[in-house]
Amino acid sequence: MSEDVDQGRRKFLTAATYATGALGAGFAAVPFVASWAPSARAKALGAPVEVDLSTLEPGMLTTVQWRRQPVWVVRRTRDMIERLVTLDDKLKDPQSEDSDQPDYARNEGRSRNPEYLVLVSICTHLGCLPKQRFQVGVGEGGPDWPGGFFCVCHGSRFDMAGRVFKGSPAAANLRVPPYAFVDDKTIMIGDDDAPAKGVA
Amino acid sequence: MADASSTAAGGRRSRFYDWLCQRFPIEAFARSQLLEYYAPKNFNFWYYFGVLALVVLVLQIVTGIFLTMNYKPSEAEAFGSVEYIMRDVSWGWLIRYLHSTGASAFFIVIYLHMYRALLYGSLKAPRELVWIFGMLIYAALMAEAFFGYVLPWGNMSYWGAQVIVSLFGAIPGIGEPLVEWIRGDYSISDITLNRFFALHVVALPLVLILLVVAHLVALREVGSNNPDGIEIKKTTDRNGKPLDGIAFHPYYTYKDLVGVGLFLILFAMVVFFAPTFGGLFIEPPNFEPANPLNTPEHIAPVWYFTPYYAILRAVPDKLTGAVLMGAAVLLFFFLPWLDRTKVKSIRYRGLSYKIALALFTVSFVALGWLGLQPAEGTYVLLARIFALIYFLFFLAMPFYTGKFEKTKPEPERVTSHA
Amino acid sequence: MHKLNFARTALLALALAASAASASTGGGGAVWETWKADNDIRSTASLQRGARNFVNYCLGCHSLQYMRYNRIAQDLGMTEEQVLANLMFSGQRAFDPVLSPMPNKDAESWFGRAPPDLSLIARSRGPDYLFQFLKTFYVDDSRAASTGVNNLRLEGASMPHVLADLQGLQKAVFHVERHTEKADDGREVVTQVKVFDHFEQLRPGKLSPAEYDEFVRDTVNFLDYVGEPTRVQRENLGIWVIGFLLVFTGFAYALKLEIWKDVR
Repeated sequence: MSEDVDQGRRKFLTAATYATGALGAGFAAVPFVASWAPSARAKALGAPVEVDLSTLEPGMLTTVQWRRQPVWVVRRTRDMIERLVTLDDKLKDPQSEDSDQPDYARNEGRSRNPEYLVLVSICTHLGCLPKQRFQVGVGEGGPDWPGGFFCVCHGSRFDMAGRVFKGSPAAANLRVPPYAFVDDKTIMIGDDDAPAKGVA
Repeated sequence: MADASSTAAGGRRSRFYDWLCQRFPIEAFARSQLLEYYAPKNFNFWYYFGVLALVVLVLQIVTGIFLTMNYKPSEAEAFGSVEYIMRDVSWGWLIRYLHSTGASAFFIVIYLHMYRALLYGSLKAPRELVWIFGMLIYAALMAEAFFGYVLPWGNMSYWGAQVIVSLFGAIPGIGEPLVEWIRGDYSISDITLNRFFALHVVALPLVLILLVVAHLVALREVGSNNPDGIEIKKTTDRNGKPLDGIAFHPYYTYKDLVGVGLFLILFAMVVFFAPTFGGLFIEPPNFEPANPLNTPEHIAPVWYFTPYYAILRAVPDKLTGAVLMGAAVLLFFFLPWLDRTKVKSIRYRGLSYKIALALFTVSFVALGWLGLQPAEGTYVLLARIFALIYFLFFLAMPFYTGKFEKTKPEPERVTSHA
Repeated sequence: MHKLNFARTALLALALAASAASASTGGGGAVWETWKADNDIRSTASLQRGARNFVNYCLGCHSLQYMRYNRIAQDLGMTEEQVLANLMFSGQRAFDPVLSPMPNKDAESWFGRAPPDLSLIARSRGPDYLFQFLKTFYVDDSRAASTGVNNLRLEGASMPHVLADLQGLQKAVFHVERHTEKADDGREVVTQVKVFDHFEQLRPGKLSPAEYDEFVRDTVNFLDYVGEPTRVQRENLGIWVIGFLLVFTGFAYALKLEIWKDVR
């Protein structure tokens, strides 16, 4: 016995099955794709790092590791801070328009508090670690060197706010990571938010 | 989509598709395997398990790959890495449970798939090679499951490995050096774990995939059997199409889709509501790290090995037990020739075979249950009785099949459609 | 047909044999062996109490190395501040694992055995076991040199009765039973077996028996959660997945029926 084939019904059922199937495949893909996101362990290992500033003298630098990256904390002297504004015409990006920093670091000193500078110490050229050259007029920068950082790999130079000098192979200022003051003598690197979070 | 034939789609075919088809037999393959491959139209419940096995294989490979992304195959880190997956990795718990449930699902599906062959004579000529490849897949699967269970490095992982590997020590002469060679160490250790990892993740999956391909090629060459056990190719129309055959696509593609859906529902019920399945799929001692100084109260292999484990323990002598355990698997390979029947399907076979198969089924299940119990008291006696029945099923088969079977006449055409 | 009849008969025979076998291994369970934890893993209140109990009484010796504080906060509906204030020792951070301050080496010399990590104890032993364990400590003079107590669930436990001030102390009263068994060579062997009869309270604890039961239940509930923190999420998701699969299978089935109309 041959009934008339209801093509409309067939088309509908075929479409419905394929559509549900495709949707199901999409849902099924979610856990696998999501499993690649940083795990709780990665987040724990990449958690903010606390830095104690009480032993940091003016003009001194300390290095910590945050998310496997080296991060400097520099306590600038009065002179260093005052000299910053005089350097604008020697710099590629004195107002930090094209560089990577949080909003609160988009100022002359590239920091929340002018006394303390926090920088990711990876040269924005090809990733070497620049060296500190804080002494004025001394070193590779020549007699006019105002103090800052010098990258020995390809000669990029940065000032005491991590801003790149003209003539350097690096194109951008050194990166400022998110950070916050827990109190006067403690900085938390990696976290912009309210201090004292996660500390017992 | 294989739905579009070259004539119907006509003008919509892109030049790229033509370019591809000239260089790669896409259309020829789709045509021969889907549109013009004729399968018997009377497939029933027992015919779902082939495609389900394929689904589970794909599932195991995909979930396995993602587990390998986070698992650490060292003695120091393995157990912790599994808990890392369960807790710290986003959705890791689901990927883990899919894989552990998939392993047990694989064996349920495979046992039912094999049983179909016993019911309908799918292992008889001209399909002996399909059966042989299938048995090789089964053997590879058992090895794959064994290695896989060691990887979490729980206490059952460790002791299960210890017991099974030491079985090889029963082989006279080369036994002890062989065991040491398998372990790579003087006891089951980090070294053993790492090599089992390599076998489980790379070597055996490749072997399995190749064997599955071979299995399917051999099947497609001779065509499927069916519940009436008759060869549909004997009755064809003018164009050579079997009268009792229907195109694989769309009839069996869509039918199998329903089977897959139902299977996934049952599968999801286990994964989401009973992933340890009362301790059968993931055994409680395996939630404790491996401890060489502390054996679990009952060392039992995972449920899919227990029939053979029961046979092993039924014999008091270690070597004989191991040999019989191996024979229990090997005998399956000879079934196409042990079975002397002229009639394939149980629907038309004699009483002797029906009784024998029933006894065998009961024995296999009973041995499986006994393998989970401690080997003491009445259990040992029962294991011996059922092991005897198990072996007699094979060894006596040339005598109770064929000449001594009162078979019914097979029909010319199939007697139903799905 | 014959196949089915045989299967049924065989299964019946099997069942009879099995029950005979278990009867011969002797001895029913004592009352305490039937106690169930009856914990509700979905009760956040119970889990929070359990977490507090664990920190106050267990964390001194036992770690939960696979559990992070911030995970407990997230799952138990607490803020990180609450976890900080109520559950954490100083110097730890929210993402740290819950580790006991007790050094393992010292623990082994003090107790004879390092207190095991309890992250997975509820999965390897089960909540009922843990419930029974915490409720069946009793004074045992033969153990005066070590902890002074023994445990019905775990004979010879190295753990002292940490919850003694809550439960009080109890004494286990045994009676002696004579068992007559047939040995393998046919001789009759008579053994005397000490069988637990009942507990006698020697000294009351701060909690009433009902309150102590709830204390133990909450703690076991917490350990049950710690064993598998994703369990509730798993079950909830399962409903949706199965629902979706039913819809899909429904369409697939309707499609199958429709297409197969062509087959005759």
